Amino acid sequence: MSDWLSPEEWIAVWLSLKVALTAMAASLIPGIAVALLLERGRFWGRQALDVLVHLPLVLPPVVVGYALLLSFGRRGPVGSFLSEEFGIVFSFRWTGAALACAIMGFPLLVRAIRLSVEAVDHKLEDAAGTLGAGPVWVFFVVTLPLILPGIVVGMILCFAKAMGEFGATITFVSNIPGETQTIPSAIYTLTQVPGGEGGALRLTLVSVIISIGALWISEWLARRVRRRLLA
Amino acid sequence: MAGAAGAAEAFGLMSIEVDIRHKQGSFALDARFRSEERLTALFGSSGSGKTTLVNLIGGLIHPTKGRIVANGRTLVDTDQGILIPPHRRRVGYVFQEGRLFPHLNVRQNLLFGRWFTPRRERIASFEAVVGLLGIEHLLTRRPSTLSGGEKQRVAIGRALLADPQLLLMDEPLASLDDARKAEIYPYIERLRDEGGIPIILVSHSVAEIARLATAVVVLSDGRVTASGRAGDVLRHTSLLPQTGPTEAGALLDTRVLRHEDEYGLTVLEVRAGPLSVPRLDLPIGAPLRVRLRARDIILSLNPPETISALNVLRGTVSSIDEPDASSVDVTVDCAGDIIVARVTRKSVEGLGLTPGSEVHAIIKSVAFDQQTFGGTC
Repeated sequence: MSDWLSPEEWIAVWLSLKVALTAMAASLIPGIAVALLLERGRFWGRQALDVLVHLPLVLPPVVVGYALLLSFGRRGPVGSFLSEEFGIVFSFRWTGAALACAIMGFPLLVRAIRLSVEAVDHKLEDAAGTLGAGPVWVFFVVTLPLILPGIVVGMILCFAKAMGEFGATITFVSNIPGETQTIPSAIYTLTQVPGGEGGALRLTLVSVIISIGALWISEWLARRVRRRLLA
Repeated sequence: MAGAAGAAEAFGLMSIEVDIRHKQGSFALDARFRSEERLTALFGSSGSGKTTLVNLIGGLIHPTKGRIVANGRTLVDTDQGILIPPHRRRVGYVFQEGRLFPHLNVRQNLLFGRWFTPRRERIASFEAVVGLLGIEHLLTRRPSTLSGGEKQRVAIGRALLADPQLLLMDEPLASLDDARKAEIYPYIERLRDEGGIPIILVSHSVAEIARLATAVVVLSDGRVTASGRAGDVLRHTSLLPQTGPTEAGALLDTRVLRHEDEYGLTVLEVRAGPLSVPRLDLPIGAPLRVRLRARDIILSLNPPETISALNVLRGTVSSIDEPDASSVDVTVDCAGDIIVARVTRKSVEGLGLTPGSEVHAIIKSVAFDQQTFGGTC
């Protein structure tokens, strides 16, 4: 079955999965934190944070990619600091692709979690307090389980977005086979070369299968969680 | 119940002291009371500040100024800068809507507070609480599958199993119909009598308070207008501005003397003589608290002989309240049981009633409905 795709195509598929899973995992905790902050925080600059988080949703992906290149590139202020102090390099690496995907998927993750935070009944958290649970415990044993459906949905959306991300990724980390060439970039490349149609079609098929699989898993998980909450 | 917070009782510290000023928008609460009773009812119409007051005691809101001391422990003292957060107060709270955790089953809900109780302070026995509330068969169920009455019993159990030193109940039965209420009253009564934890119960139902309370604090527009032992407060129609003349009445502690099945009556023993009421399903000798509404009592100077009312209690007028437009509350001491009759000013003058007058209080047996019977007292 492994000869169904060429080695280069397999690499693109694995890379895509790696990038998308990394992007999803890395943005999970910041996503929950930002969702809580935006929904419940009362602080100066909340509106600005809200806009900043949602920016990737409305900006052209190329713009986001270029902004990342300017700031996280080797010569960019953040990029040079990270590479000199910690040896972390994003530009033209798969980690950079993951960063671009995480930023593009972040608004989707935050929105989904925020909706479920909004739906949490404050009164349940008060009740937990009167039973002796301090604020941190209340979060872990009441709030977090109650927003779990939103977290699941947000993670799947983030993953799906990361699987399909193209513009920001190719602008920021280019299209290097084996390093930054994800499925969309590979399809793009294949459509640009003569005789690449077959490979493009195969990768498209893989893409569809992964997307449907992700949706199916998300539906299944959400149904399971909902049943646990309501049944 | 196996001494949830038996400690409080052992130290003789069953008390609650509140002296609070709190502003919330345009509503101002200025309340002060002290109670050493087992079950103190906060009574008042909606908007009178009852829920705000229990939220302040439970720590869900912070007072602008004031002091709250429960069983000798200061929970709030704005002058000394003391403000214990809710999770360290050890104050159990049974909410109007239950507030069970939907993601946990009944057993997990019940044991929730136990995780956070220091090991050596876990006194309440799970089996005892579950038995007291009759919820053994619900342990594996999810809250969403419970009826309203079951939810409230689980909520009460959950609060008890956190070993509180004070139990707040904010209209725990308000959302239930009369049948479900009747199902829960006995549990609250057992809790009051055997639990050893002081209880503060919010209610706007005189019948509920008459049945359950040992002390009453009346709130009106954010102020305490009366407080004291339940019998004393409920007797005075003027102290119950919200329900006024129609609901006030005396509480009598009685005992079942005998049943007259051929007439469908039960005879209760009060100090001034027997009292016939519609047949009750209680064993002979059972204690019972009865509320005699002031409006249901007629006063007569002579012993009435040829009337249909079965209950005539002899007594002495002990005081006559300030009259309002047309009616007056007359307090009558019937061999130690105090009852109140609401009669017209005209009849007080006509009969020449003054403190010390000998009178006969006449009560129709049918004046006793379900609402006027309390449980065991």
